[in-house]
Amino acid sequence: MKSRITEKFNKLKKENKKALIPYITSGDPDLDTTVNLVLELERAGADIVELGISYSDPIGDGPVIQRSTQRALELGTNIDKIFPMVSKTRANTDIPLVFLVYYNAIFVYGIKKFLDRCKEVGIDGLIIPDLALEERKELNEMMNEYPIDLISLVAPTSENRIKEIVENAKGFVYCISSKGVTGVRDQFEEDISSFMDKIKKYTDIPLAIGFGISDENAIKKLKGLSDGLIVGSAIIKKIEEGIDDRKVEEKVFNFAKKLKNAIEED
Amino acid sequence: MIKRKFGKFGGQFVPETLMNPLMELEREFTKARNDEDFLKSYNYYVKEYSGRPTPLYYAENLTKRLGGGKIYLKREDLNHTGAHKINNVIGQVLLAKRMGKRRIIAETGAGQHGVATATICAMFDFECEIYMGEEDIKRQSLNVFKMRLLGAKVNSVTSGTKTLKDATNEAIRDWVKSVEDTFYVIGSVVGPHPYPTMVRDFQRIIGDETKEQIMKREGRLPDYLIACVGGGSNAMGLFYPFVHHKEVKIYGVEAGGLGVDTDKHAATITKGSMGVIHGMMTYLLQDEFGQIFPVHSISAGLDYPGIGPEHAYYHSIGRVNYKAVNDDEAVEAFKLLTKEEGIIPALESSHAIAYLMKFAPSTNKDDIIVLNLSGRGDKDIHTVSNIIGGDMDEE
Repeated sequence: MKSRITEKFNKLKKENKKALIPYITSGDPDLDTTVNLVLELERAGADIVELGISYSDPIGDGPVIQRSTQRALELGTNIDKIFPMVSKTRANTDIPLVFLVYYNAIFVYGIKKFLDRCKEVGIDGLIIPDLALEERKELNEMMNEYPIDLISLVAPTSENRIKEIVENAKGFVYCISSKGVTGVRDQFEEDISSFMDKIKKYTDIPLAIGFGISDENAIKKLKGLSDGLIVGSAIIKKIEEGIDDRKVEEKVFNFAKKLKNAIEED
Repeated sequence: MIKRKFGKFGGQFVPETLMNPLMELEREFTKARNDEDFLKSYNYYVKEYSGRPTPLYYAENLTKRLGGGKIYLKREDLNHTGAHKINNVIGQVLLAKRMGKRRIIAETGAGQHGVATATICAMFDFECEIYMGEEDIKRQSLNVFKMRLLGAKVNSVTSGTKTLKDATNEAIRDWVKSVEDTFYVIGSVVGPHPYPTMVRDFQRIIGDETKEQIMKREGRLPDYLIACVGGGSNAMGLFYPFVHHKEVKIYGVEAGGLGVDTDKHAATITKGSMGVIHGMMTYLLQDEFGQIFPVHSISAGLDYPGIGPEHAYYHSIGRVNYKAVNDDEAVEAFKLLTKEEGIIPALESSHAIAYLMKFAPSTNKDDIIVLNLSGRGDKDIHTVSNIIGGDMDEE
């Protein structure tokens, strides 16, 4: 059975379109808003939504996402509260949902229990930023039994590792645009197009670029190189802007709409 | 290639961006540790610059006072910059030089590792940036000033609990971005492979010297080894050359803070569970969802929620016994060693002494105990005087 992620990319490909993949943190500013945000993002044209699970020590994240996960943690958000939120979301949409989760959360919760719950509530993929190829074996084998894609990440430093990383990739390949942690940047690796070419050599799985995509300009620059674009910190900034005057949904919707337009215009 | 794990512990739980750089580091380290010239310069600097070998001092007064086995102190406090940390820094910075890096970054808790790194960077003329938690900067202002004098940039870390664990996160984040021209000097036997092995190998000189010194002095191996454990580098340095001598009993002493049954301690093995932090699988102080607890110890150097994966392994196979002592016991030990031997120990090392105070009286007179005096206490005078306050005049 094809995953929702694969079906989505197949459909986009037929229509000659690229995926918009926004990231939001589960529970920022609260879990009810997270449900609304997924639906608003879908209405604005998002194709897949990444849902972050907060971790106290996120070594892959820059200050914006750190602040976001911190806000969620301070409200007492935890995995046992996030699963019901996903259920509630899933009851209202078929959009592919992917967890962004550090490995410790899965390990401590219990790998099997975590995967069972993901399947139950309708999670379609996992992105685990601190679980490189060498540490994936156990999880990979277990995941064969589940309709959930373990997303592979390729970095600008991966070079000789690319082939092995993408060999058994599922869903899409997360291509990290540049060295460093998540967050808005002024520039990408100079040779991002040759970086993407290297990955394409080894796989037919859709490629999505993430890290540092902040606005329409970045989208216009990168959309020709990939099948999808991931936007995290820039979305979180809109959540931050909306918190005080309670316009989180509206700000995020408007921003996502702008990004979607940038993806779709010629 | 070196083995990536110690049993179930260790490994490389890091972003993909760091995987190739870690593998390059492993290759270069493997080459270096088999290279005569590299070992020659390591041995030259630890001797001529840092003052090795450090003495193995027979603490006669303390032995009499505690009334058990003979107590020897491995005087790592006599190293340049006042602690064992410099052994490892010399090794790693020499490696950075060999690899053609231009910039050094490091995390620090108490500031000892930061000072050692800033010192060696001043000597070898490296650009140096130190990450230190805002809370620790307040507690250890003297070391912050020293690092700045030495030419290092000290970055105050305000994320999370604003202590060592967060400084380590921030150093890793820097490295993910700067990995091409920057070498990350980790200060303890923690982090992703190959760091725990590499730091151990640069610290094992403590145990190797101890073995030679005790054989010369007593003609036999010690019965007991004792050292304090935060991340665990001074302990691993002493323990490692003795691990395969099964007759040597080994004790690691963790920070019990206000008590291991309170929520203010850093007794990782005593109270922790398995999990991942800073790129390694180890024991951690964490909740049921894998969120790392804020930890507490009177000594900033032991104030860490994890422990080196090789320690986790020795615990899991029962080779090393891990115990916890509390803040107030450490302060009593600090006072005792100062009075009995005229040696002011670091609060970290005072934890080992505190356990010795409980343990030594139960040993036989002809037993031999070696305790690693990992650092000197100058940096802690302020903290201790705040605690014992008026006592200082009365006693």
